[in-house]
Amino acid sequence: MATPRLYVMIPTDADTVVVGAREIKSRFSSEIGAQGLSDQIKVIETGSFGPSNAGVIAAVQPDGVVYGNLTPESVGEIVREHFCKGRICGRFLLPREYPPTVEQATDARHTQAAGRIVLDNCGRIDPDSIEEYIATDGYEALGRALTEMTPPQVVETVREAGLRGRGGAGFPTGLKWSFCAPVQADRKFVICNADEGEPGTFKDRLIMEGDPHKVIEGMALCGYAIGASEGYVYIRGEYRLSVERMRKAIEDARAMGLLGKGIFGTDFDFDIEIKLGAGAYVCGEETALIESMEGRRGVPRLKPPFPASCGYLGKPTNVNNVETLATVPAIVRNGAAWFRGFGTENTPGTKVYTIIGHVRRPGLIEVSAGVTLREIIDEYAGGMSSGTFKMAQLGGTAGDVLGPEMLDVPMDYDAMQKVGHVLGSGAILVMNQTVEVADFLDSCMRFFRHESCGSCNPCRNGLQVLGEIVGRLKKKNAYPGDIELMEEVCMTLKSAAFCPLGQSPASPLMSALRYFRPELAAAVDPRRERPRTQRVRLDLVELAV
Amino acid sequence: MAIKLTIDNQPVSVADGATVLEAAQATGIKIPTLCHLDGVSSPGSCRVCLVEIEGARTLQPSCVTAASEGMVVKTTSKTARQARKLSVELMLANHPWDCNACVRNGECDLQKLAQDMGIAEVRFPYVKPATPIDQSTDALVRDMDKCVLCRRCIGVCQDVQGVGTLAPRNRGFDTIVGSGAGDNLCDAICVQCGQCSAVCPVGAIYEKDSIEDVWGALDDPSKHVVVQTAPAIRAALGECFGLEPGTCVTGKMVTALRRLGFAKVFDTNFTADLTIIEEGHEFLTRLKKALADGDASVKLPMFTSCSPGWINYMEYFYPNLIPNISTCKSPQQMFGALAKTYYAEKQGIDPKDVVVVSIMPCTAKKFECERDEMNASGFQDVDYVLTTRELGRMIKQAGIDFLSLSDGEQDSPMGMSTGAADIFANTGGVMEAAIRTVYEVVTGRELPMDRLHVAPVQGLQGLKEAELTFQNCLDDWKFLEGVTAKVAVAHGLANARKVCEMVASGEADYHFVEVMCCPGGCIGGGGQPRLTSNDVRNARIKAIYAEDEGRPMRKSHENPAITQLYKDFLGQPLGHKSHELLHTGYAAKQPAATS
Ligand SMILES: Cc1cc2nc3c(=O)[nH]c(=O)nc-3n(C[C@H](O)[C@H](O)[C@H](O)COP(=O)(O)O)c2cc1C
Ligand code: SF4
Ligand code: SF4
Ligand code: SF4
Ligand code: SF4
Repeated sequence: MATPRLYVMIPTDADTVVVGAREIKSRFSSEIGAQGLSDQIKVIETGSFGPSNAGVIAAVQPDGVVYGNLTPESVGEIVREHFCKGRICGRFLLPREYPPTVEQATDARHTQAAGRIVLDNCGRIDPDSIEEYIATDGYEALGRALTEMTPPQVVETVREAGLRGRGGAGFPTGLKWSFCAPVQADRKFVICNADEGEPGTFKDRLIMEGDPHKVIEGMALCGYAIGASEGYVYIRGEYRLSVERMRKAIEDARAMGLLGKGIFGTDFDFDIEIKLGAGAYVCGEETALIESMEGRRGVPRLKPPFPASCGYLGKPTNVNNVETLATVPAIVRNGAAWFRGFGTENTPGTKVYTIIGHVRRPGLIEVSAGVTLREIIDEYAGGMSSGTFKMAQLGGTAGDVLGPEMLDVPMDYDAMQKVGHVLGSGAILVMNQTVEVADFLDSCMRFFRHESCGSCNPCRNGLQVLGEIVGRLKKKNAYPGDIELMEEVCMTLKSAAFCPLGQSPASPLMSALRYFRPELAAAVDPRRERPRTQRVRLDLVELAV
Repeated sequence: MAIKLTIDNQPVSVADGATVLEAAQATGIKIPTLCHLDGVSSPGSCRVCLVEIEGARTLQPSCVTAASEGMVVKTTSKTARQARKLSVELMLANHPWDCNACVRNGECDLQKLAQDMGIAEVRFPYVKPATPIDQSTDALVRDMDKCVLCRRCIGVCQDVQGVGTLAPRNRGFDTIVGSGAGDNLCDAICVQCGQCSAVCPVGAIYEKDSIEDVWGALDDPSKHVVVQTAPAIRAALGECFGLEPGTCVTGKMVTALRRLGFAKVFDTNFTADLTIIEEGHEFLTRLKKALADGDASVKLPMFTSCSPGWINYMEYFYPNLIPNISTCKSPQQMFGALAKTYYAEKQGIDPKDVVVVSIMPCTAKKFECERDEMNASGFQDVDYVLTTRELGRMIKQAGIDFLSLSDGEQDSPMGMSTGAADIFANTGGVMEAAIRTVYEVVTGRELPMDRLHVAPVQGLQGLKEAELTFQNCLDDWKFLEGVTAKVAVAHGLANARKVCEMVASGEADYHFVEVMCCPGGCIGGGGQPRLTSNDVRNARIKAIYAEDEGRPMRKSHENPAITQLYKDFLGQPLGHKSHELLHTGYAAKQPAATS
């Protein structure tokens, strides 16, 4: 099954079951089935996440929408309007401030601690109006760069600001640009990576939906800095609203002469096209993304050569994440020193997070880098929705699991690294004590096994065997030695897989072992004997994941 | 410019552009490899050649990592050793343990890797549901359960042959090598050249085995079983028994075949000589029609027709150029047609009792002998085709100690041949053999070249050209006086495609073009002992030229058995009987599933 595009979470607690939560749930399933969307939308029962006296509730994630007082009729309409056409049904929305939609996410209360850099316009201006963007200093940075700064000065400003890539790896953006800038070529490209395949992450979508011009301005600045005049936004196919908004924004910018030939009366040309993603998670990896853009199977390329010298169509190409690019205009407008006023020494600026899981207010926040996980949960997400904190996963399925010991570590790239973790792309999944570690890891492994492109041997076969081991841990019938074997395979994948996708299952698995080894070890059945290798078709049901 | 680096604490200096693997080899350090195959493909995906490079975050595949100045490489560090070993163990985790009953048992790269790495146990149970074995074509069998997804077959099919039958399908653990859109090879455009089977490191693609059929014929007392051996077998068969590539084993091969029980051991070389006579005359006739008679319907250049993979390729990809292909059957099929007519008649045997077995370097020959057109004798002209590899196995099955055999000689009349027939085995050989005869027919003088060799068409360059000017022609051929014939030679279908494109666009004005489907020609055929590298090709070619030069007769028209054949049976080249038995035609085609 494909990774679902939407999750419909229906609390079935005592309060809601009496008012028909189970019926509503099966109604959702059948309506979704009738629309042929069963593959894309998953209906899940959850525990209560807070509100009472609101009838049957359904939270739609990652859209961050909560409907209340549901009736069978409203279910049909929600499926047709929201799930099929992307139009949120305002009249069924729960009349409360949580969890945040684009507008609500940027509610001042949630972002009080930081000046907003990326989400400052989200919910404040009409994303479809270029005039409103311009009225909030939009395109000022581009104008200033083109008329007052040389391209190397723009690169230098971004470098000095210490901006680090928000796509996951935290690579210094200015440094990346400085690789591509000096390469001479007849064509060069800027690619905005809006594939956002990481489950539970939807920050890039909300940025594009809420403030598309910021992304465009960031791309144009990048194009000027590195000497590229062609840009592409590679958007995940399912992000229909993002595509629409970006498309309109590009057209409007073109009409105003902010894209196209001779921008601001200079000799700088820059234009942007949209490419729709093929849907596989690995297509978010920059070289696979380029392969996919060139019309081939989206599998990672061998590096070197790096995209900076040989990328799209064999030309120098700079790939950045949506959030990274959306941060650039403010840096150019206000200067590196201003940007360094936010965040920490080695991770200046703000960071956009999407928080989901057992928190009271799941959704999107922008906070100063360096805020701790505890602060994020308690102050921005309204605390745990139920139970006590057991663990959190940072950066999506490929990210590390953090135990309670890590609640007070500042969330910046280097501080995390010091304690042996990776900050990742900005997804935070919070779990309470009801979640079993093996169950959780099993869902991670299903994701990986599904998303492995199959090119290289260790990932293709390693994810399969890891999946089998975790499956046994989940069923509490693991063979003695399974945990050690899992560690061995993880370590090998980490050093041997072709691309980061195959290298990353080690992150959730090894970090989970770090905090929860006793729990996992209890799933080993000491009496079981590992079957001897021979050509026997072992019970497929038992062994397959 | 030389690059200096350190591998396992040893200083190494290599040319710029060398890979870490090559640098290691230069210092005598062996790094295991699997997916990498020189000149075919190097996807860097099996991760069996990983090494540790100082400063790199992860291990690096040495086969695709360029050596660079000052690089410090460790090939035997603990991380590298463990990662390589586990990579192989993971491959085995998804592999049926069928070694005892596997066609590659004892000559399998995966077995060898497992052994070299000291894998005593695979700790992962094998859970893959079985994929049906694809037996849909005459030439090849594909057992995808054994596939380790090295993608060598994809590389060879796509880049060397330019056919592109094979491509990865599905993702992740479900990835397989698919053929076209269907499940079976017969559903796809595949020329059955078997190059995929020649590069496969495991038992996932191999020739369809006909050994049992041949044993059956030999065991049947009512059958008269004769065998022909293609020119390329003698220079390669020895490799099945551990001899160095390029060891010519003609005599031992003949003795072994006799010991297996064949009634007559003949030689495809005989009909190779015959091909030169027929094809040479066809070429001259085409030239005469075009140059002297001004017949615009005559197609030039004329393409050779002895390589069945190439014929398949034309039928699929360039049906418009089919009229350019010589109408001569391949030597294998000429042999079959004559064995069941001329030979049977001469021996007074009922042709229905004659069984013709071919030993061929080629899997496409298995397909060719089953073609509908190939029953000029009234029966299927050639009954069974064994590849060189199968003959090697059959000799082993019979308990024959090949290396200790004494030399035997082929039977007459269909075992007699000249050096011109020997060189059919390699790229450029048919052209050279044809030129030796055509020149002499036209001018009455021997080809004035060093040791009769047409040097520009020799060697492994993909596309070769030569020119030959006729002077002082005999009376019949006066229209050729001063004419310069342009010839070209291509091997490997990707090169053939280039020629076809040039011919189709009118860019090339060749008169005669030799094409062999496989790289290097038949000595590099899809049925030859593995593994055929360029070094192996060159060694085999050298052996073939040595065989040629050692012959008393080196021109096809000097073969007395051929003269006799025309006198007793065929009449004259391109005569009525020839047409009936030795010539054929082809037509555009589609894969089985779509036609
Ligand atoms: C499997 C995989 C998936 C990825 N998916 C994304 C993605 O969806 N969006 C993204 O911006 N970067 C993704 N990346 C990271 C990109 O390869 C690349 O590093 C990033 O786009 C660079 O942008 P940045 O420097 O602005 O962070 C992914 C990487 C891997 C290995
Ligand atoms: S690590 Fe996985 S996703 Fe990456 S190239 Fe290998 S098989 Fe594909
Ligand atoms: S392919 Fe090799 S390893 Fe696999 S069964 Fe055959 S001989 Fe054994
Ligand atoms: S036989 Fe030749 S054409 Fe067919 S799949 Fe193999 S390499 Fe390709
Ligand atoms: S069939 Fe053989 S050559 Fe092709 S990918 Fe599989 S193992 Fe490699």
